[in-house]
This record gives sequence, C-alpha cells and structure tokens, in this order.
Amino acid sequence: MDLENQKRVKELAELHGPENILVILGAAEGEAAGIAAETVTAGDPTYAGPLTGVQLGLSVYHVCEDAIKSELDPTVYDEQIGMMEMVLDVDDIVNEMTAIREQYSKY
Amino acid sequence: MNSVLKAASYVLVHAPDMVLQNGTTQTTEMVVNPDSEYLKTLPGHLRSYDQVVAYAPNQTYIGNMTPDELGQLAQPWTDKPVAGATRQGKYGEIMPQDEFLLLFQACDMFDLVHLERDFVARTRPAFDAHPLMDEYIKSRVMEGVDREQILRFVNEEGAEGIYHQGQLAGYIKRAHDVDVNLSAHVMMENMASKASAVLALKHLIRVSGVDAGQIDYVIECSEEACGDMNQRGGGNFAKSIAEIAGLSGATGCDVRGFCAAPAHALVSAASLVKSGTFKNVAVVAGGSTAKLGMNGKDHVRKGMQVLEDVLGGFAALISANDGINPEIDLGIVGRHTVGTGASPQAVITSLVLSPLEQAGMKIQDIDKYAAELQNPDITKPAGAGDVPLANFKMIGALAVKSGELARDGLNGFIAKHGMVGWAPTQGHIPSGAPYLGFARQDLLDGKIRKAMIVGKGSLFLGRMTNQFDGISFVLRANSGDDRKQREAIGKEEVRSMIAEALRAFAASLDV
Repeated sequence: MDLENQKRVKELAELHGPENILVILGAAEGEAAGIAAETVTAGDPTYAGPLTGVQLGLSVYHVCEDAIKSELDPTVYDEQIGMMEMVLDVDDIVNEMTAIREQYSKY
Repeated sequence: MNSVLKAASYVLVHAPDMVLQNGTTQTTEMVVNPDSEYLKTLPGHLRSYDQVVAYAPNQTYIGNMTPDELGQLAQPWTDKPVAGATRQGKYGEIMPQDEFLLLFQACDMFDLVHLERDFVARTRPAFDAHPLMDEYIKSRVMEGVDREQILRFVNEEGAEGIYHQGQLAGYIKRAHDVDVNLSAHVMMENMASKASAVLALKHLIRVSGVDAGQIDYVIECSEEACGDMNQRGGGNFAKSIAEIAGLSGATGCDVRGFCAAPAHALVSAASLVKSGTFKNVAVVAGGSTAKLGMNGKDHVRKGMQVLEDVLGGFAALISANDGINPEIDLGIVGRHTVGTGASPQAVITSLVLSPLEQAGMKIQDIDKYAAELQNPDITKPAGAGDVPLANFKMIGALAVKSGELARDGLNGFIAKHGMVGWAPTQGHIPSGAPYLGFARQDLLDGKIRKAMIVGKGSLFLGRMTNQFDGISFVLRANSGDDRKQREAIGKEEVRSMIAEALRAFAASLDV
C-alpha cells in the first residue's frame, strides 16, 4: 500500500479510534487486496511504510464483497462497479479478504 | 485533412547500475533501511545485457517480434530466451549501459557530467562505431577525468556517482549549490531521460527516412520536470533533445499528463499538423531512472530476476497526409473530463464507448485496442495483475453491457481485439504508444482497418487533484482521398498547361 495512504489510515484510526474505522478496498485482484488488507490489520508486510509493525486490526472489506455490496444502491453499484465486477476474479478476492479478516481483524 | 502516423521508433537502455543507484525503491530503502536484506541480495538478481537482449518482450519492443508472436509464447517469458535475438530492431535498439553513459555525457551542455578516462577509452570504439552517432554527438564525448577527481566530487561536492558494473565510472555534479531542483540527483534523472529520448529521436529519423531538418516541431511527453527553484517545471526537454539530435529547424515544447502524456501529445501533434501549423511533428519521450527496480522487492522475494532494468524511450512522427500512411482520425477522440468520475467503468466508458457512439460506431468496429501495455511478467508477481488483459476485459465488458456482445463472447473479444503487454513499467512508456509501430504496419498491410490508442493517467500522484485522466484516438487506414485529390490537381495542371501550349501554338499560326 502507498506510503501516503498508510499514513492517512494510521492518522484516521488514531483520530476516530480503530473500532470506528471501516476500510473499503478496490484492488483489482486477490493478492493485491490481501496485501492491502494485511497492511491495515497486521501491519505493512513490505516493511516500508508507517504501518510497519502497527497492528491496527481494522475492519476491512473489498467493495465487491456482499457485505458492502448489499449496503449500496444497486443502480449506483451497477453504474460504478458492475463492469469491474464482471472483469474481476471476485471469488479469489473474497477468499483472500476472508482469510486476512479471520486472522487479523479485531473489530 | 487528417494527419498521418509516418513512423515510430522504440529504444531500451540496459541500466543495471542505475537500478541499484537511482531507482526510488532502492534509494528509499537506503534511507529507511540501509542494512536491509533486500539491498544485499538485489545485485544477484540483476540480468546481464545478453539476457536483456534475448528477453522476448524486449525483442517485441524494438520490433523484432510482433505482439502476436509474443502472445503465442506461454507466460512467463523469463525462461524463454529468444534464439538469435539481436540488439538492433526494426524500430530501434537495446543499448548497453556503457555506450549509453557516453551518450549521457554527450547530452550534457553544462559541464556537469564527467566520466572516468579509462572507461571512456574502453567504451569509445563501440560508441564511435554506432551508425546513428553522428560527428556532432561523437565530438561532444570528452576524454574523461581521473579517478581522484571523481572521488572528490562525489565525496565532497554533492555529486552523484555514475556506476558501471558496480564500479564508479564518473559523476554528475549538482548544477546549483542550494537549489534542490538542480541537485545532482535531479540532473541525473533529467539527463537520463534526455539522452534516451535523443536515441529514440535518432532512430525515428532513421526509420522514417525524413531529413532531420524537415521536422519542424517536437513534443516531449515524459514524466520528468526540468527547471530551477523559480520555475520548477519550466521545461523545455523537447528543444534540448532536438538540439542534440540535429533538428536545427525545429522548435517544440513539453506536454505532461503522467502516463497519459503520450496520448495527449499525439493528439496535439495531429492537431498541429491537421491545422497546417506544422508539417512534421515528432512526439518523443525518454526513460525514467526513478522507476528502475520499482517492483524489485516483489521480484527478489519471489526469487525472480529484477525485470525493471531498462530505460524505455519512443518517438513518433506525425506528418501531413501523404495518402499512404495511417490517418489519425481526430473525429473520434475519447476524453476523460473533469465531470467523468474516477471509477474504472466511468473512465473506460468515456475513453472508448462514448467517442465511438458519437461517431455512430460500435466497440467491435475497432479491430485492435491498445491501452496500458505493461509487461505482465513484471506486474503479476508484484500483485498488480495483467494490466493489458484487465483493460481488454473492461472494454469487452463494456461491449457486453451495451448489448453488442454476448457475455460468453468476452474471451473471444479479448483474443481478437486485444494483445499481450510487452512494455517496461516506465510510467508514460506503456500507455498505448508501444503499439504505434505495429499498428502502422498492420494498417499499411491491410491486416486491420482501425486501431484505438488509449492513454490513461493517475493524476492523484501529484497531490493536486484526485481526478483520473485519459484521452484516446483512432488510427485508421488511409482513405487515399488526399492522394486522389493531389492526383486530380496534377491532372488539372497538365490539362491547363496543354491548353496554354495549344493556345500559344494557335496564336503562332495566326501570324
């Protein structure tokens, strides 16, 4: 995850409390989604950014996961994400996200 | 009348020492974690020049293999060296680092770059034998300096070392004592960009066959900025490149737009030519040292060689319609506007579907699409997926959503209208531009009738806006209207000359 985004996530978690933060990802594949999810839960796996060694344990989802999708207006979802959903390997993303959440999410 | 794509050239520069010394992933690591295991093991993951030449995506980049031929090879391509691969290609070349450093020094107009004397002596014969290095460029290569001078400037004067095969081979000094915009680091980046652009432009002159003096405008479209503390991005790379390449009749300017810059520059060039303001406009960009080894950590972690070890450059010549070369159809220009939105769906709709609908066309009316053409060997191990494939899937998905393609036709669409990626991840380099040379040839050969070039750029990286960006245009086979028109004019002129001669003859009879 981009170092600047790590910094922003860290600051937001400090400001609002980690239990009040939900991170929504839009990564295009499972591995990338997994790395981003790991970064905001267990810390930066690349040991490069501000979240290195910081275990925020945030609640994190990919936008194509049912938990998020069901919260959105279907028309807007179709307009903004429908095409990408057709393109992405959603099952792979869901598997990665679920594994990371089960392992590291605290909230 | 539309302008035409007269030629395109492509160059790569093997730069293994610049991966270690100048790539930002490495320079950041040197600051944050100087004793890291990554920095220790990285040199062992660098490729040799011969391996770089034999790498199929690189052979494709310089035109020795077509995208179709590359696509027939199973991925990854790292373990499939091309037999009989050559440095020179139909569209350009892969230059070794030592020769490039001499060109790099030759491009310095301010006495900033000094190479070590023995290094120059060793490298000079090969450099002088290069068919595109003319007397002017060769005369600019200096004899070189002693090692003591190099050490003094690197250790005491804030100069950056220039390395070859792990050894100090020279230095580039800062161009100002205080101004960070003229620091040795920035000068290094800018000079490498300039020198690789010069190489691309020299190849463009070669492949196009035009006289350098006939090119009257140059648009440079890299992602670097040259200027000082009072005008940080003042420019003008274009003119500095044209000067070294011997384009004495050219002026020019720089166009910026992150990875979309080449597409913006090509549309600008086509407009300048179509309007009649200029006749031959060269669009050119050199490579980026900062992006060398950008995904090196992932490559090393997965036991791979570091594949981001080349600077990329390209050039394209946009000329007045000759009735032969493919036209740039400015009637179909896709644009990502401020109001478009940043979702991939909105982006691709604005760049592909909207301009085609306005022209009364369908997505499948375009034979080939070329969007971001990053080499998947580089991006997949780094978790960024297969970028070209993702783009073609999106375009196909758009065709499905707009009802012109059945959902089960998606894979067939990708195979027919897409292509594999072969470009190094040098930011602006992959964005549509690598296909120009092949597109021109396929359009000339009648293999395709229309191709769409799509440039996309991530503006948020500059922290001025969260806007995404993009622009697209269509190349199509020359309608020949212009040639017919000129032939018609020719016939008319002959008729009037005959009539004039007959009148004169008749007048002579009257006497």
